[in-house]
Parts: sequence; structure tokens; C-alpha cells
Amino acid sequence: MKGKNLLKKNEFYIVIIIAVLACIIQAISGQFFTSNNLVDLLRSMIVPGMMAAGLFMVIVSGNIDVSFPYTAMLCMFAVTKWFSVINYQGPVFLAFLIAGLIGLVLGLLNGVLAAWLKLPTLIITLGTCTIFLGITQGVLQSSVISVLPAPMAKMAATNLFSVVNGETGLGSSMPVSILFLIAIYLIVGFIMKYTMLGRGIYAVGGDPVAAERAGFNVNFIRIFVFTFMGVVGGITGITQVTVSGMCQINFFDGYEMTIIAAVVLGGANIAGGSGTVIGTFLGVLLMKMISNNLILLGIPTNWSKFMTGILIIAGVSMSAYKSVLAKRRVASNILEDGHKEEA
Amino acid sequence: MSEILLQAKQISKHFGGVTALDRVDLTIKKGEIHCLMGENGCGKSTLIKIISGFYRPDGGSITFEGKEYDRLSIAESIGLGIQVIYQDMSIFPNLTVAENIAINNELYNRRKLVNWKAVKSIAKEALDHIGIELPLEAVVGELSVADKQLIAIARAILNNSKLIIMDEPTSALTRKEVDKLFKVIRQLQQEGISTLFVSHKLDEVFEIADQFTVFRNGKLVVADSAKNINDEQFVYYMTGRKLEEVAFTPKKIDHDRAILKVENLGLTNGFANISFEIHPGEILGITGLLGSGRTELAKTLFGLYSATEGHIYIDGREVQIRTPMDAIRHKIAYVPEDRLTEGLFLTQSIENNMIVSNIDRLKTGKKTVDYEKGHEDSLAWVKNLGIKLNELKDGIQTLSGGNQQKVVLGKWLETEPRVLILNGPTVGVDIAAKFDIHAYLRTLAEKMNLAILLISDDISEVLNNCNRILIIKNGRIVSEHVNTELDQHRLQELVTGSKEETA
Repeated sequence: MKGKNLLKKNEFYIVIIIAVLACIIQAISGQFFTSNNLVDLLRSMIVPGMMAAGLFMVIVSGNIDVSFPYTAMLCMFAVTKWFSVINYQGPVFLAFLIAGLIGLVLGLLNGVLAAWLKLPTLIITLGTCTIFLGITQGVLQSSVISVLPAPMAKMAATNLFSVVNGETGLGSSMPVSILFLIAIYLIVGFIMKYTMLGRGIYAVGGDPVAAERAGFNVNFIRIFVFTFMGVVGGITGITQVTVSGMCQINFFDGYEMTIIAAVVLGGANIAGGSGTVIGTFLGVLLMKMISNNLILLGIPTNWSKFMTGILIIAGVSMSAYKSVLAKRRVASNILEDGHKEEA
Repeated sequence: MSEILLQAKQISKHFGGVTALDRVDLTIKKGEIHCLMGENGCGKSTLIKIISGFYRPDGGSITFEGKEYDRLSIAESIGLGIQVIYQDMSIFPNLTVAENIAINNELYNRRKLVNWKAVKSIAKEALDHIGIELPLEAVVGELSVADKQLIAIARAILNNSKLIIMDEPTSALTRKEVDKLFKVIRQLQQEGISTLFVSHKLDEVFEIADQFTVFRNGKLVVADSAKNINDEQFVYYMTGRKLEEVAFTPKKIDHDRAILKVENLGLTNGFANISFEIHPGEILGITGLLGSGRTELAKTLFGLYSATEGHIYIDGREVQIRTPMDAIRHKIAYVPEDRLTEGLFLTQSIENNMIVSNIDRLKTGKKTVDYEKGHEDSLAWVKNLGIKLNELKDGIQTLSGGNQQKVVLGKWLETEPRVLILNGPTVGVDIAAKFDIHAYLRTLAEKMNLAILLISDDISEVLNNCNRILIIKNGRIVSEHVNTELDQHRLQELVTGSKEETA
């Protein structure tokens, strides 16, 4: 029974794909299971991973958000620029707090519009993301900030640990913000599994009318998931700065699509109602493995997008094809049932 | 038994200028099984929504356990012990059985965190209470409609319920499942829980109800003991008309010719060795229980499944039907079982729904659609079929079930089919509209020489309208009958095979 359940779980298959892929890369290049490669991989997962955790909630609730990269961008520039101008010297914590608060306001805007207008949230967030981009470009006049305020620069220079690959001499360091990634997955995991709010998110994603009749506050849940996404977006913006040591307007280009893809690849139903936070983590891991390690396979990095696209289509179509087949077949055996009854 | 649980007095409700309920009364005693009946739009669901607190009445009062209320809020209603099981059951398809059962209880107790152990034990207790066994960890979306129904009941009895309202709970159940449901309802009755049962099936009223109430056009028509009603009175109460159908006996059948001939047709897991012919002027009926393979057969003839064995002939020529496009090309039309999900484009206008199946024939020289011709055709069908509507450009959802079904029928007839397959054509259709549709089918058979295949579990529908009847059981045709040689009772017996089962 236990084994059967495992086979039913989507995560099981992603783990297998990840394992197979890791072995292939290792076999061809001999460079996958090296300390610096693994640290690099985890490091590259921090920002997309955090965003995916927030988006996972939005998707389970049956909504979609494409504005979060722009939330992150706006918060990143707003806080970095402001701190530069006032020559801020206090604790770096405040940068995350303020970015989180700005993100909260932007997310709240998405959530309230979604709850109030009852429009498809793709349309709403397409609108707001353009506004966020407009603010970043117009009001903040931002494209690049190469000198960070002191506290942020200090965090960017601090690492948990560093590793050096003995063979190649290549080194890699683990930023402190990996702890944020871990914290966010724990928080989202806890909310989704052990709080009524989390179960409400699943319920709304499954059937919003039924959720309302059961007594869930559907509008609150909708507002919550977008606000949470906003906060995560804001914090992620500053995290990105401290990982890369600078601000650039194109940091998050195309993130809305790749992160949606990672969440869906991780087994969440794009129509809402199902998925797990572990699956989401694995989805991001798989995505990053492809885009980081293609070079090890001898595939030029220019082709990484192409390969990622192929992976998404392949991953998603497997489950879709299963349900198409199921529709063309009679599921339960009417004929055999008959024999049983006659017997 | 005689203690009054709920008394709704002189309840009125208006929507805009429309009167949905006009000073109706409803009295339910403690431990009573009460049947509320009426045609679509008669106000029964409005009254349910007032009792459950979704609507605020414009007049009247509700007395529950001796206490009078002008109106109830949703929370008040639940607090009093009133639980509604809606037709769609309000079940979460993505969650497990255990969570579906316990979730309302958890919400009701205003919990913030989920105690998974408690969820499981609550669910288990509730299922044990009604004597049902279901896997707690199963995802509900994968279960049958009947199991979902039972889950909804298990959930409803958790909060110390005194009155459970079920909105047409049996419409998608097999006879066996109905028996199981009725057993549960009777058990609840033993515990003093009252049930308000909304239905339009007379046999169920006889079987389960103590009392019944009939509404028509928002007014109370009659409220009486279920012992004091018969078939004819029932139809009269519901429609306000005396409607009677005589058995269909076609005047001339051309036995030498078969429009549709099916030979040894089979579908993996679905049915096997199905053979029959339909001659010009005939209406052939196929009846059987839900899950007998009748729907699978209909879908196969229309190409929604492709047959794994056997042959299909139209006008003597063998045809291959693998997709609905094949079927349409061979002049087969299919009025599906569920018009809402399979028969109509719910967000579109009446007219667009009427012309969609003929869109190819409305093509002009420049490959654009000739909407004017489409409009004329649609108008003609509205007249022919007696569809009641304001304007053709109104949304299809503004129509009642009966008129929607006429639209489905009309759109297929416009394709000038040779074979018309109808699967449960009058499910959820008003009695009056039902009679209209039946009359039209007879005309089609007699005048247009169509081969009509009527698949239905409505015994009287099959008996009255089909000159020959095939009975399908476990995916096989078990017997063939002529309608004039049967009566309702006998046909019911043949379908359920009650003799075999008791043996």
C-alpha cells in the first residue's frame, strides 16, 4: 500500500528525473558531484526558489501572478536607491523589512483588485506589473546601481562557507540568504499543511463556491495569497542584490514564465487545488540543473532556454496525455462487474 | 414524532419585479421525511436558500423549535442544526475524504491550525455513524457521485444536525445507491433527524416520504401525507394541467429496410455483442441502470469512444465512426446526457448555440458565416419546437432546462440527421416541456423517417415513446420487448432485475 502511494506521488517521479539527469551530467563531464558545482546550484536556486514558494500558494488558490518579478525589481531599486541617497549605515535587516512592506502594499493591491473585480488574475497582474515596471523606470529612473549602500555591500561579501574544487581550482561560496530560502519553504510548508488558512487555499483552488458555502472567507484568502507573494517578492528583491552585489534592471527578465513553469513542473495544477511545497522545490531544482549544467554537457548556454522549454513541455504533457487517454477509455469495467454480480 | 421542528409561514420573496415565492407555508415535524416538489422555477430552491440563510425573505416568518425568526443568517441556520446538501454537493474534489468530512466542523469550531489526527477520527466517526465505509485518504475527485453524496451526508450530520435538506440527491445515482442513501435517511430518522428531500420523481416520494409539499409558480399547491397521492394527481399538482400520454404505436414500419444497423458492437470495458436494427418510422428504446453501459453505447455510436469490435451500417452501407466528425458526416446526431457540460456552450447566446452544429452549411462563397441565414433557421426552430424565449441573442442560461433541451434538439435537427440518438433527453426538464419533446419525437419518426434511438432510465418515457425496447445490463443486451406488451411495473422489474437479486 505504501509503495503504491509512492508511485502515485508526483514528487517521486521528479526525484527520479533529477537523479537520472545528475548521473548523466556526472557521467559525461565528471563535474556534477563536485563541491563547487553543488554550491553554485544551490546558490542559483535562492532567488527563483523563494519566488516559486510564494507563487506556489497563488497557484494552489486557483490564481496566477505575473507581477512578482516587477514587485521584486521595484523594491530592489526603491530601497537600494533610498539607502544610497541617505547614506544608510544601520543594520541590513531594515532593508529587507522596508522591501517587504513595499511588496506587501503592491501585493495587497493585486489581491484587492482580484477579490473586488473578480477578473482573471492573469489580466489584473499583467496590468499591475506594467505599472510596477513603469514606476521603476519612470519615478526611480533606475537601470543600474553598481555601488551598494554599506550594510548591503557587507552582506553581499559575507558567506556562510566557501568551497574550492581541488581538481579544477574553481571556488564557490554559499551566501547567508540560503537561510531565507530554507525559512520560506518551512513557513509556506507549515501554512499549507497545518493551518486552516492553508487548507482554505487548497479548498478555494478546488471549488471556490463550495469553499464559500463551507464558511471560508474566500476574498480574504485571495487577498492573502497575493499579499504574501508581494512580501516574498519584496524580500527577494533585496536578496538578489546581496547575492549579486549590484542592481540591474534585467535581473528578473522572463522570471514570471520560468517560475510558473517550475511550480507546474513541480506538480502543482495550474488550475489550482493541488501541489506540494516539496514538489515546488524540486521543480526549481530541476529547472536550475538544466540551465546551470548544460555547459557541462557540452551544450552552448545559448541553447539553455530551448532545453528548458523542451523540459517544460515534456514534463507537463506526460500528465496531460494521461488524462486525455483516460477520457477516451471506459474507466471502470462494466463487463467484469457484471460477471461478479452474476456469479 | 408529532412535535413540529420547522414551520415556515407566509414566506414571500421577490427578485426585481418577479415573484419567486408568494406567501408559501412549509411545516416539517421532528424526525419526518418530507418531500418538496415542483417544476423548475417553482420556488423550491428559493425557499431552501431562505431556510439556509442565503436569501432574506421579503415577508413571513420561520419558526424553529418554537422560536420565531423574521430571517435567518447562514451562521444562525447552521447553528440551529440546519444543513443543506446542494445538488453539486459542495465537495472539494482535490481534498481527501477525511478532510472533506471534517473541514466544516473545523471551521465551525473556529480552529486556526489543523490537527490531522482529529480530522481522521472525526471523519471515521461520521462515516461509522451512517454505516458507510470509504477510504479516508482517497482523493474525492476519484470517487463516484454516490460516494460524494454520502460524504456530504457524513459531513452534514457532524454538527448536531436536526434538519438535513437534500436538493435532488438521487438524480445521478444508480438504483442500488439510492437504496443505500434511503437506508441512511431512515437511520437518521430513527435518531430524530428530519430530512427535507427535494425531488421530482414520484416513485421516490412514495418510497421514502411521510409528507409532501408541492409548489407551482411560487405558490403552495398542496401539502399532504404521501399516502394520499397518486400518479395522475401528482402530474396535475405539478403542472396544473391534465397531461396524458398514450403508448406510441407507429402506423407503418418498413421492416425490409434498416436505417441504422449495429452488429456485434463491442468496446473494451464498456459493452459487448450489441446488435440491433432501427427501421424507418421506429423509435427504439434502450434502457438500463446507470453503469449498465447505455451511455458508453450512445457515445460510441457518436464517435466519442471508438468501438473495439463489430460493425455499424447506415442505410445498408458499413461506416467507420471513430470521431464525432465521422458521426456528423454520416448524419448521426446526438443529444447528450448532460446538456450543461456536453450539449451547450453556456457562455454563448441562444442563437449561437442553435447554429453551431451547422456552421459548415452556413458557409458563404468567401468562407465567412452567413449569420442572416442562421438567424432565419434559428427562428424557424424556435417556432417549430415551441421554445419560450425573449430574444435569440440572450444567453442560453436565461432559458429553463426544458427550453435549453429544445435548443439542443433543434440544433441537431437542423443538420438533417438520418439517425437521432437521445441520451436521457428529459432529465431535469419540466413535465410540460417533456411532453412537448416526446410529441415532437413521435412526429419525427412518423413523418421524417428518422431512425430514433432513445436511451433513458426513465421507465415511463421509454415505455410510452418507444415501440421496441431493449434492456441493457452489464454491457450486454439481455432482452427485447414490444412496448404494448409491458407495463411500468414489469419494465422496472426487468431493468432492475429485482427477482435475480433477491434470489
